[in-house]
Parts: sequence; C-alpha cells; structure tokens
Amino acid sequence: MGGFAAALTPINLLFAFAGVILGTAVGVLPGIGPAMAVALLLPLTFGMETSSALIMFAGIYYGGMYGGSTTSILLNTPGESATVITAIEGHKMAKAGRAAQALATAAIGSFVAGTIGTALLVTVAPIVVKFAVSLGAPSYFAIMVLALVTVTAVLGSSKIRGFASLGLGLAIGLVGMDPVSGQQRLTFGFAPLVDGMDIVVVAVAIFAIGEALWIAAHLRTSPARTIPVGAPWMGKEDWKRSWKPWLRGTAFGFPFGALPAGGAEVPTFLSYVTEKKLSKHPEEFGHGAIEGVAGPEAANNASAAGTLTPMLALGLPTNATAAVMLAFLTMKGIQPGPLLFENEPDLVWALIASLFIGNTLLLLINLPLAPLWAKLLKIPRPYLYAGILFFATLGAFSVNMQVADLWLLLLIGLLGFALRRFGLPVLPLILGVIIGPMAEEQLRKTFQLSAGEVSGLWSEPLAVGIYVLIAVLLLLPVLISVIRRKRGTASAAAEALLGDDAAGGPEPEQAKPGHGNENSKAAERNES
Amino acid sequence: MTIVVGYIPSPEGEAALERAILEARRSEVRLIVVNSSKGDQLVDDRLIDAKQYHELEARLSDAGIDFWIERHTQGADAADQILHIAQAQRAELIVIGLRKRTAMGKFLMGSNAQRILLQASCPVLSLKASSDW
Repeated sequence: MGGFAAALTPINLLFAFAGVILGTAVGVLPGIGPAMAVALLLPLTFGMETSSALIMFAGIYYGGMYGGSTTSILLNTPGESATVITAIEGHKMAKAGRAAQALATAAIGSFVAGTIGTALLVTVAPIVVKFAVSLGAPSYFAIMVLALVTVTAVLGSSKIRGFASLGLGLAIGLVGMDPVSGQQRLTFGFAPLVDGMDIVVVAVAIFAIGEALWIAAHLRTSPARTIPVGAPWMGKEDWKRSWKPWLRGTAFGFPFGALPAGGAEVPTFLSYVTEKKLSKHPEEFGHGAIEGVAGPEAANNASAAGTLTPMLALGLPTNATAAVMLAFLTMKGIQPGPLLFENEPDLVWALIASLFIGNTLLLLINLPLAPLWAKLLKIPRPYLYAGILFFATLGAFSVNMQVADLWLLLLIGLLGFALRRFGLPVLPLILGVIIGPMAEEQLRKTFQLSAGEVSGLWSEPLAVGIYVLIAVLLLLPVLISVIRRKRGTASAAAEALLGDDAAGGPEPEQAKPGHGNENSKAAERNES
Repeated sequence: MTIVVGYIPSPEGEAALERAILEARRSEVRLIVVNSSKGDQLVDDRLIDAKQYHELEARLSDAGIDFWIERHTQGADAADQILHIAQAQRAELIVIGLRKRTAMGKFLMGSNAQRILLQASCPVLSLKASSDW
C-alpha cells in the first residue's frame, strides 16, 4: 500500500499520465512500438528519479498494448504483433459499422485483464522470488538459456533466422572487457569499445534508426481511408457476450506472459480459437464476432502484466520493452534479480501501484478518445521519422558525449535495417545483448564453483530439468514432423491429436494464415 | 484544349468540380480530373477510393462531357501534379477549390493553391465551398 502513496504523488501521477499518452500514441502508429519509445526516452531519464522514470515506462508499456488494438480494428494494420489476432474480427466489425463496440470491448477487456494480471503479478512475484533466491548459478544460467532458446526457436517463424539474430545479439553483448580476466574482446583496438557497447546506443539504433531506414526505403504506401467511429460504447448484448471471453483471455494470457518464454502471440491465438469453439454464434466468426476481439485483447494485456513477473522477480526480460526497462535499471545502478524486491521495495511497489493507476488512466483516455488517436495516422511519415531520427541521435550522443557512439549508432542502425530487410526478428538480438552478459556472469560463476569442470553446469537438479525441457522443446517439432511424414498425413493418430481442429472445419486453418501471416510479417518487425 | 480540375472529396473540391463541369460543357472541351495522394500518410481521406471513383465516373458521363480521371496513390505533391498535367495538356483553364488558411498555417504547411496560382501559365479559377454572398 505504501506503493500507492508513492505512485499517487502529483509528480508521479503526471509521469504516469505522460507515459500512457505516449504509449498509446506509439501503440497506434505501426512500426513504432513501446520498446522504441522507451529506448528513445532512456537518455532523458538520467536526471530523473528512478521510480518516476520507471512509472512512465510502465505507462508506455501498457499504453502500447491499448493503442495497438485501435489500428488493428480501424485499419487492419496491427501496430503490435500481439494485436494481429484482434485485427481478424475487429476490422470486420469496423467494416460492418460496429467499430465503436469493437473499440469498447478491446479497451474494457484490456482494463479488466490488465487489472487482474497486475493483481496476479502481486501474488505470484513474491513466490517466484522466494523460489529464485535459493537458485544457484547453474540453475540461473539454465533458466536464461531457456528464455533465449524459447524466444528464439519457439516463437519466431524461422528457427535459423531467430538463432542468427540471437548470435548477433550475443556477439554485441560480448564486446568490451572480460569481467573476470580483464582481457579485451572484439574491440579491434578501438578505444571507445573497451567499456562495451552502451545498451542505449544499441537499443536506439536497432529500434529507431533501423526502423526509420526501413520506412525510408518503403516510404510510399497506398493510403487507406479512415472508418468513421463515434465514441466507443457497448449494448447490453455486447456486455453479455464479452465478459466471459475477457476472463478466459486473462487466464490464457497471464501464465504465458509469466513463463520465462514470454510472448503474447501464442495466448492471443489460443484465446481466439477457444472463443470460436465456445461461442454460441460460431457463424459470426470471420464476419466480425465480438468474442474474437474481447478474448485476444484481454489475453495480450494479461500477458503484458505476466511478462513483468520474470522481469521483476528474476531480472529476466522476455520481451523487448521489458528488456529495455531492465537496461534502464542496470544503468541506474540497480541490480535486477531476485533481490530487487528486498533491496528496492519502494521502487517495486511504486511501479506495481502505478500499473493499476496507469490501467485506469488508459481506460479513461481511451474510451472517449479512440477516434482522436486514429487521427495520428494522418501525420505524414517523413515528419514523424525525421523527429525520431533527431531524438535518436541526440539520445545516443548524450549517453557518453562521444562522437564514436554516433558512428556505432549508424552502424548498428544499418544492421537493424538489414535485419528487417532479410526478415530476421529483432527480439532475439536485443535479448541477446541484454541477457548475454548476465548469462555469462552466471556461467563464469558456475565454472569458478566447479573449478572449471564442465559438469558444474548440471550440478543442480533444477538445471538438469531445465536442460531436458529445452531439449524437448527443440526436438518436439522435429519429432512431430518426422512422425507425420512416416505415417502420412491421413494417419488416424495425427487426426485424433488434431481432432478438434479438424472438426472445426478447414475454415479456421485458412482464415488464420490469410489474415495472420500478411499482418504478422509487418508486425513482427515492430515486435516490442 | 482542356480544363484541369483538382478534386478532393470535400466541400471545396465538390464546388470546384461542379464549376469545372459547367465550364467544360460551355466551351465543349475535355475535362481532366486530378486526384492524388503522396502516399506518405497511412490514412489519407483526400484520395478517392474505388467506390468514389465509379461515382465520379458516372457523374461525369451523365454530364455528357469528354473527360479523363487522373488518380495517383503515390503521386507527386498535389500542386506539382496539377501543374504538370496542365502543362502537358496545354490546359486553357485550371479550376481549384480554396479553403481558409491562417497566415501561420500557410507559413507552416505551405499552400498548394498559392503555388498553382503563381506558377500556372494559364488562367486559374478558384472557388470557395459556398459561393453565395
């Protein structure tokens, strides 16, 4: 409760408000996500109180989730990969003249899920902390490997691209002085690299410069038209059809977010499929069913809250925004990890309280103002990206006040452009940069404890369990495809396994790639 | 000889189009309707969509004049586009709609109408949304 007192001071309330406004704005604009916004704001927070800055970032994080649904519904261009599913039914509803109801169910659902999710975070996080304090270095290292592997191999569309991106990230994370021996690594005799690449420079370059270059290369699009919406509202029937999907969506979203594998794509998709199966109006799916908006929207906000669990309790981010927020904590000299709750209780509880407050603020500014947010899309993009480039350059320079950082910014920015050009996901790279050095520290500790013996890696039972889990996760898709090929696609077992999908008819299978893929490609770049 | 009209779906644009049809019928020349967007915004309501295109087409054929519609989704700047087409077609008249712009707004955003008025080598007819006194 002390957290609420800290978060409700006028100045912190102001930062929360600024955060949610900014977050919604970047969520609405496709291509600009909360991760980019937080990265751009990092340099501005040097002089700020840590808790105020963190409260603002939390507002941006939640705001991005709300904003993304607005564009999905009105334009069929998801601003976030997490809202790809929302676009399927939401845009159909908007076309049928029910944009107001779709926006309302998305906003209220997000609020419900966000609030429940944050409450779950409060209850789950301390338990995880209790468990995490007892973890030794080998287990810790194993958990980090698990997070990296799942984010890279399980979530993305292509494993090879995911691992390529992860490798680049880990390499960037290695640059600088070896923490144990003091040897210089990958510096090529270039003095400014000895301290390692500043995480702000890397994040700003990858998110802001890379995206700006990519947009500059694809500046012109055939413009869409706005769909007129009144203020969002819902009829009695809509409420009746929405509240169950909200709760079910929350139930899907939070656990997925809380796992160190993260990702909002899986729970939103699961929620969509479930609602479709349980709905009393299955014929409406594909033509604008309100359940198909309510469930996935709730799921993505609940998973956003869930993602904060590993971040706060283990110091392990599983999405880009959490990664950049964690980088901010490290910059401020705060050690993230299980001891965060013990060492910085004021900070943590103020942050959690601000999540509740931010959520309420978001509902208040989003319900009446949704049509206004859609107007942001009329900003000519050259102006927008000129502004982003300006702030990116200023931010990168202000970190260390050295010109070398600007060259690094440009160079890594080009890398960011190349990532987008060749369809490599950005998330594994940024997680590699941030988790890489942390994982290295645990690895070195492990080896110091075991006197250099490799067997030290599996000296704890939990570590062994996690390695087995990783192996299963990696081998399962391969095994399934091998078994399928052997038995043929018409095999009875495979059909029994996929029975529900098959019973649902071929329609869901077709409806998903048709909509999902074209959007998810665009949204994946924005992944934040 | 031809008449070129800049058209966007707004009261000013409608006024300009209406007058341009009148002029084209009176002097029995071809009317070229220009509608273009630079395509640098994600949403642009000034660009006509397929439905509006067909409505425009029907309206012009009903008027019984010779016409041509130039619609660009990723075109040049609106003023450049109109001037370019007017020059290529040796237009005898350009018709545009005007809207209220403050001095500051004009300074910040520039004015397509002003550029057309100053740079065109043929007479330019400009209209407000409502022409009654």
